[in-house]
Amino acid sequence: MTDKNRPIIETRSLGKRFSIGSRFSAEGKRTVHAVDNVSLTVWRGETVGLVGESGCGKSTLARCLVRLYDISDGELLFEGNDITSKSLSELRPLRRRLQMVFQDPSASLNPRRRVGDLVAEPLRIHGRLSSSEITRRVAELFDLVGLLPDHVMRFPHEFSGGQRQRVGIARAIALNPDLVVLDEPVSALDVSVQAQIVNLLADLQEKLNLTYIFIAHDLSVVRQVSTRIAVMYLGSIVEEGPAEEVFAAPAHPYSQALISAVPIVETTPSGTRKRIILTGDVPSPLNPPTGCRFHPRCPIAAERCRSERPQLREYRPGRKVACHFPTM
Amino acid sequence: MILSVRDLRVSFRTNDGLVRAIDGVSFDLEESEILGVVGESGSGKTVSLLAVMGLITDPNATIEGSIRYKGRELVGLPARELRRLRGNEIAMIFQDPMTALTPVYTIGWQIAEQIRAHRNISKSKAMERVEELLAEVNFPNPHEAMSRYPHQLSGGMRQRAVIAMALSCNPALLVADEPTTALDVTVQAGILDLVRKLRATHKSAVVFITHDMGVVSELADRVMVMYAGRVVERGSRAELFSDPRHPYTRALLGSIPPLTGEKPRRLPAIPGSPPSLLRLPQGCAFGPRCPVHYEPCEAGKPDLGSGTHAAACFRVAQA
Ligand SMILES: Nc1ncnc2c1ncn2[C@@H]1O[C@H](COP(=O)(O)OP(=O)(O)OP(=O)(O)O)[C@@H](O)[C@H]1O
Ligand SMILES: Nc1ncnc2c1ncn2[C@@H]1O[C@H](COP(=O)(O)OP(=O)(O)O)[C@@H](O)[C@H]1O
Ligand code: SF4
Ligand code: SF4
Ligand SMILES: [Mg+2]
Ligand SMILES: [Mg+2]
Repeated sequence: MTDKNRPIIETRSLGKRFSIGSRFSAEGKRTVHAVDNVSLTVWRGETVGLVGESGCGKSTLARCLVRLYDISDGELLFEGNDITSKSLSELRPLRRRLQMVFQDPSASLNPRRRVGDLVAEPLRIHGRLSSSEITRRVAELFDLVGLLPDHVMRFPHEFSGGQRQRVGIARAIALNPDLVVLDEPVSALDVSVQAQIVNLLADLQEKLNLTYIFIAHDLSVVRQVSTRIAVMYLGSIVEEGPAEEVFAAPAHPYSQALISAVPIVETTPSGTRKRIILTGDVPSPLNPPTGCRFHPRCPIAAERCRSERPQLREYRPGRKVACHFPTM
Repeated sequence: MILSVRDLRVSFRTNDGLVRAIDGVSFDLEESEILGVVGESGSGKTVSLLAVMGLITDPNATIEGSIRYKGRELVGLPARELRRLRGNEIAMIFQDPMTALTPVYTIGWQIAEQIRAHRNISKSKAMERVEELLAEVNFPNPHEAMSRYPHQLSGGMRQRAVIAMALSCNPALLVADEPTTALDVTVQAGILDLVRKLRATHKSAVVFITHDMGVVSELADRVMVMYAGRVVERGSRAELFSDPRHPYTRALLGSIPPLTGEKPRRLPAIPGSPPSLLRLPQGCAFGPRCPVHYEPCEAGKPDLGSGTHAAACFRVAQA
């Protein structure tokens, strides 16, 4: 497909700041740099997995990408057009092309509405379909996500978690979007149900030529789903590359620690896998360390790391790392 | 033998009917052994451990069976006796560390109080002990950490403070209910390390509950897999992971995406979802989702049987 070589979304030095506290609180008004200097290109048809510890800015970046948040710094381009500061009304035609699926499907589904109705809602708001066309489309969507036709009359609470997530996905794909941001879509599901949803997402991507941004704290799930991985630390991307390559040979000391910490089922006696245990805790983005932001926890930090912040650099085609001493 | 549980049954009377949360669970635990209890949400992990700890207070609950701690029967023991045991010899850690901490006192004060509640020592002696304990759970600056309030600590530090509190009584038995589920994998790795160390230095026996097969395989000596209130498979770590026998254990292991090597195009998923305890299927509870289900499975509930490696499945019994 020629489409594959076109970026769908591109950020240039994108930043998102939040102010917290108030003039009247003890610390006064302060700024959190939740996303800091992110330049990321997402190509049509791929899945970019965002990984990193809690609070590193995955959700914030994802929300910026679909303009659910206003952007504080840098630029955001959709199919080459600058949409950084487009107003809500200017964004309206784009909305249906950028969709989002959240972790807790019940929180985003009105409990008093029937699920058929919930899936029809985006079609009514954005589409120009007659009511019989809407009914037909809802049936088609139910079939696509693996729900039964007679499920349309049920209420959300009559479903299992996995089925509710299917409803959430049906809503997100109702308007034939180009990009779907999936923020922890399987994290709240039973282990035995996660694989069903992971497979469903893969099928839909193939059938509908979707581009995904995928966030999950289960790294083996992220690897399974993603073509590319971006590892985030304290608001910035520290490593980027093809999913299987990054998992097989992470180049940034933080990615190495993160991947080595994933508990996996081993049939051989334990101790065959080398584990890097990080000392120290995740620093606060309110008060980020100087130089390389990972230096207080980095096992190989050197003097230079304390003062000079490494930039994200392409070491090999497609492999980017922000570290003075990458394993490459 | 530290703990010996026989045919434990816990049911709750609810408006929708009787919920048999635990339906005949038996297990043994030896000194300095780590037992991993793994299962999906609602499979009965928490309820079975709360029963062991004597912490089920719901008036609609019925508890049957036998729970022997160092040979002493706990079922029917007065609440006061149980409370004494819990602070002295049996310690607990939960998913949310705040269930064990109070927001209004420093962690140093809280751990010291815990020590003084069970041992007759001076305040300053207790504080010295707190500092040692915080060092043991890897606080980089234990003296400074003592004066912090829980909200000034990260989730991982809070959980470590709770572990320090648990260690303060030198427990013979530590019960941990998903203590790392809310934590990042990087922080989890440190906590798992701590549990291993604790077993080595304090000789504590540990029951570790999780829904993560990876965690169990890295930590446990023996494993118990639960489904719909029953134990479906039991075995040593090696037995369970190199020779899983129950169709549920096999399917669950099969559906975990690999972290290395070739990616399968599709994951071998388990159809359906775990059953509601109010509407359990006839016979084997895994029946409707089981790939090798056959007629006898609907006739009765398969027994786990004895033996160190055992699976509650008619197919396995027949093989
Ligand atoms: N609305 C907000 N106001 C103030 N700070 C915020 C806001 N949203 C996020 N933050 C802060 O921005 C940082 C990044 O948060 P974000 O939710 O993007 O993290 P995340 O990587 O998605 O974490 P998790 O894995 O826990 O979901 C955090 O420090 C968070 O506290
Ligand atoms: N107080 C209660 N009243 C009624 N049902 C309960 C009560 N406590 C737990 N249960 C039910 O018992 C079952 C097992 O719960 P639990 O042990 O918490 O599962 P797990 O820890 O494995 O996720 C669930 O179906 C749960 O809803
Ligand atoms: S720049 Fe220095 S401190 Fe940062 S990750 Fe690389 S080696 Fe570690
Ligand atoms: S008893 Fe039957 S249904 Fe149950 S796990 Fe075994 S084969 Fe499957
Ligand atoms: Mg998030
Ligand atoms: Mg539980």
